[in-house]
Amino acid sequence: MSTAIADVHEAPAESRVNYLNATYGLKSWLLTLDHKRIALLYLGTITLTFVVGGLAAVLMRLNLIEPQGALVEPDTYNKLFSIHGIIMVFFFLVPSIPATLGNFLIPLMIGARDVAFPKLNLMSWYVFVTGAACVMYAVMTGGVDTGWTFYTPYSTSYAHTQVIAAAVGIFIAGFSSILTGLNFLVTIHKMRAPGMTWFRLPLFIWAMYATSLIFVLGTPVIAVTLLLLAAERLLHVGIFDPAIGGDPLLFQHLFWFYSHPAVYIMILPGMGVISELITAFSRKKIFGYSFVAFSSLGIAIISFVVWGHHMFVTGQSLYAGLVFSVLSFVVAIPSAVKVFNWTATLYKGSISYEAPMLYALGFIGLFTMGGLTGLFLASLATDVHLNGTYFIVAHFHYIMVGGAVMAYLGGIHYWWPKITGRLYPDLWARFAALIIFIGFNLTFFPQFMLGYLGMPRRYGIYPAEFQVLNVMSSAGASILAIGYVIPLIYFYWSWNYGPPAGPNPWGATGLEWTTASPPPTENFEQIPIVTEDAYNYPTADVASE
Amino acid sequence: MMGLIQLGWSGMAVLAAMIPMQPPAASSIAGEVDQLYYLLTGITLFFTVLVFSIIFYFMVKYRRRSPDEKPPEVHSSLVLELAWTIIPSLICVVVFVWSSSLYIRNSKPPATSTEIFVIGKQWMWHLQHAEGPREINELHVPVGVPVKLTMTSQDVIHGFYIPSFRIKKDVLPGRYTSIWFEATQEGTYHLFCTEFCGTNHSEMIGWVYVMSPTDYSAWLAGSERSEPVAQQGERIFNHYTCGYCHVADGTGRGPSLVGIFGKPEKLSTGEMRMVDEGLIRQALLQPNSVPVAGFAPIMPTFQGQFTEEQILQLIAYVKSLGLQERANK
Amino acid sequence: MSDTALHHPNPTGFAHQFEDLEQQHEAGRLGMWIFLATEILFFGGMFTSYTIYRALHLPSFIIGSHLLEVKFGATNTVVLICSSLTMALAIRAAQTGKSKSTIIFYLILTMFLGALFLGLKLRFEWYHDYVEHIVPGFGFQYRPEWGSAAPGVQMFMCFYFFMTGLHALHMIVGLGVLAVLVGMSARGRFTSQYYVPLEISGLYWHFVDIVWIFLFPLLYLIGGRYSGGGH
Repeated sequence: MSTAIADVHEAPAESRVNYLNATYGLKSWLLTLDHKRIALLYLGTITLTFVVGGLAAVLMRLNLIEPQGALVEPDTYNKLFSIHGIIMVFFFLVPSIPATLGNFLIPLMIGARDVAFPKLNLMSWYVFVTGAACVMYAVMTGGVDTGWTFYTPYSTSYAHTQVIAAAVGIFIAGFSSILTGLNFLVTIHKMRAPGMTWFRLPLFIWAMYATSLIFVLGTPVIAVTLLLLAAERLLHVGIFDPAIGGDPLLFQHLFWFYSHPAVYIMILPGMGVISELITAFSRKKIFGYSFVAFSSLGIAIISFVVWGHHMFVTGQSLYAGLVFSVLSFVVAIPSAVKVFNWTATLYKGSISYEAPMLYALGFIGLFTMGGLTGLFLASLATDVHLNGTYFIVAHFHYIMVGGAVMAYLGGIHYWWPKITGRLYPDLWARFAALIIFIGFNLTFFPQFMLGYLGMPRRYGIYPAEFQVLNVMSSAGASILAIGYVIPLIYFYWSWNYGPPAGPNPWGATGLEWTTASPPPTENFEQIPIVTEDAYNYPTADVASE
Repeated sequence: MMGLIQLGWSGMAVLAAMIPMQPPAASSIAGEVDQLYYLLTGITLFFTVLVFSIIFYFMVKYRRRSPDEKPPEVHSSLVLELAWTIIPSLICVVVFVWSSSLYIRNSKPPATSTEIFVIGKQWMWHLQHAEGPREINELHVPVGVPVKLTMTSQDVIHGFYIPSFRIKKDVLPGRYTSIWFEATQEGTYHLFCTEFCGTNHSEMIGWVYVMSPTDYSAWLAGSERSEPVAQQGERIFNHYTCGYCHVADGTGRGPSLVGIFGKPEKLSTGEMRMVDEGLIRQALLQPNSVPVAGFAPIMPTFQGQFTEEQILQLIAYVKSLGLQERANK
Repeated sequence: MSDTALHHPNPTGFAHQFEDLEQQHEAGRLGMWIFLATEILFFGGMFTSYTIYRALHLPSFIIGSHLLEVKFGATNTVVLICSSLTMALAIRAAQTGKSKSTIIFYLILTMFLGALFLGLKLRFEWYHDYVEHIVPGFGFQYRPEWGSAAPGVQMFMCFYFFMTGLHALHMIVGLGVLAVLVGMSARGRFTSQYYVPLEISGLYWHFVDIVWIFLFPLLYLIGGRYSGGGH
């Protein structure tokens, strides 16, 4: 554990009263208006949803050990992958960093006392929990087997499962996203501390801003789409039904218009976290600040015009295919720019290898690979072969798990001392990070190969020649699962018995590190006045004080 | 430690790339698709290894040596930013152009293609050869002959995928999609459904048998078959007395159908529409949506009266009308 | 300023997370504009789908549109525009420091007009459509004069009910918001210094009005009313 070094912003003496102990009792938590407590409410909730989604994945991978299905009937397998997708996408990845780290850190990082609309913030959590409860209800009363994509007409006219309950649950949870995004946008626009200009903001804030744009503009479209889906299923009549001239592909267009930007909701916050981790653990300012900042915005904007690449084999016109293909290549460029800037930040840095940094470095490599496999899919000729196969599954898991989840874990570790006021055992954390990295690659790399060999996705039964790769993948999944369990154990230990953390255990820059750990309810004794750029680490050329 | 793992894994990935990891390349386009795939794999491996290696190198070289160490100032560089924006962009342009031209070239079936109709339904594939044989979950084709598949679904969306041919297309209810291939290697290849369609999605699979021309003729002759599809269509046409209005010489209340397939037709709205499978289907089910110029919109709808198979048979018949004419002349 | 306002513990409604009232008001306004942007996207999904199907099935949409009665649609349009006026007058009343009964008067007038809109719609349009069997999912019957355009007519009616239904839902929420504002007014919360809730609710109400102004011609006026058919 590195000792805190004296930095330019001396923190006040750690206050005894902080946001955790200022008030007691269930009511003080369930009716809190403090963004930090709301962040913890979300943290607890999405840890639970992650466990449920992860359980579904475990059962799937166990089933796939044998070509004829080792564990479950086809109907059950179909429900498992659907539930895994729905929960992981809508109830874990989408809220993960924004609702936990975003909620906790945005006011602190910009020097505000809370978000713009604390009551809306609390409401968003209740809305989220209601949506999750609705989906859990669907899971427990028969499940849903349409896949998280709900393609019509299967979902509207043929499925015999709890489609409406699941769709309604996601619809409700969507409002949670919209409220969070709205809150963040207004907070970042209007509540920055004096001197905190846009270009002095930490890059995490830029990333959260870009994410919030997508929250606000994309989520309403999936909301209305799911509403139409539920209405169609309920009333047996609707606009996706070919029998009355409806178009099942219209559903796909509407669905993907949100769901493609949604994947950037899932990765942009992670990228923001990485910018923070790389700078903190190399003790250097980011290389190319404005390029990274504008890349976040660029990704958010371009993300809205590439959705058609999910539909290359649906029979869409040649021209539509070409347009979406070229735009999908364009959207890759800002991500590449970020990867190179992060790598360049390491150059001549002063690098340490605590667990958050290991997660960050793992992210950069795995995201590079996952992102590049996206090019295979933006490319029309290869996408024809790869669409609907395990290659796609591997591609998005590299980005979502190798990328987003690792960034999330890195962020949780990094800001844990600030959130809880306690240190966690870093040796165990590094060990867990290693297990996760190994388990992850063993799980998902074979899936690229399965995909090119032609194994379709969403198959619970498969031809015997694919068995070896499937067993490898399942073996990796068991290692990955262990890797995820270890942090639960030591974080629990740390919460109860961990040594106290000072205001700035990592010696990092950023307003959040100038206040106590854990922070007081009002965040700062006095609102800071900002006079320096972000990541203003002392360099050797500057005479040190 | 982390870096070592990353390097080791990168090494394994390079090895893996050297082991053939693809299905048989059994169609005229498979080789080209594979080449593009290798290029993309090369690019991916190159940049992944590059990034991992640089990270590993920096991690070692710039590791913190003392707790109060202050790194030197590093200035931003517009040149670098432009370089790593422009170079990836150029790579993307190359891949896009290569891939798109391959895709465009492969999008149009050769005029000499044999036609086969495919109907997907939960949870099996019906395949109907023009000459008559019907197959379920199996497709026999001759090697070296281009084959065009015209496909529709009877219920939900399915996906027709032959990995060894590198072809795939969704199969939708209420409309036709089509793909084509030319098998270049005899053998037996997988056929999969790739769009989730319900309980037995994983079992909606089959086999494609590519045979030598002689074997194929033998199979054709020996297979238990009904009459050619166009002939079945003619029987339906006559049974429903379509010729009463659609008189061949054009003097009837409806337009003549001789030779119209594959050509544009003017509708009474002034719009020009290509007469393809989709238009004929639309004319059968919603005739007033495609009224032909010069004719009153009095054709009754046949919605609910024909199965998808019968519609395809009628389409095959209409297609054959122009050909017969030309043959008769 | 009214007595109640003076003695209210927080007469300006200042919230602690803000630095000053101006920041708070700006935040409130920005928040409402962003929310309206989400609403545009929300309705936008339906408007886009409507546009696509209208292009594909124009004859059916013309038939469907003629099933609707322009006189009710037009009356409702006027009713809503008037309600936007009364809403603006309510805000103006607060702005210029008028008595709370003036503000309440205009708010209640707005609510009345909104309720009138919903009442007219429910009784003379939707109920009538139900009796005529042109409500999809509730005994929809094809009519022989529609011919093969019938499925498209059903499609049009689907859109009609989805879009006006969603709009009506937003109106009902708007009525709820207005009721809350009436309550706040009655307690004397609004002064010429503090009327932001009125302002941002007004934005919402105007938005709902504008959506209707798009819906009316798109649904009621397809294919004109001069050549044969249409009432």
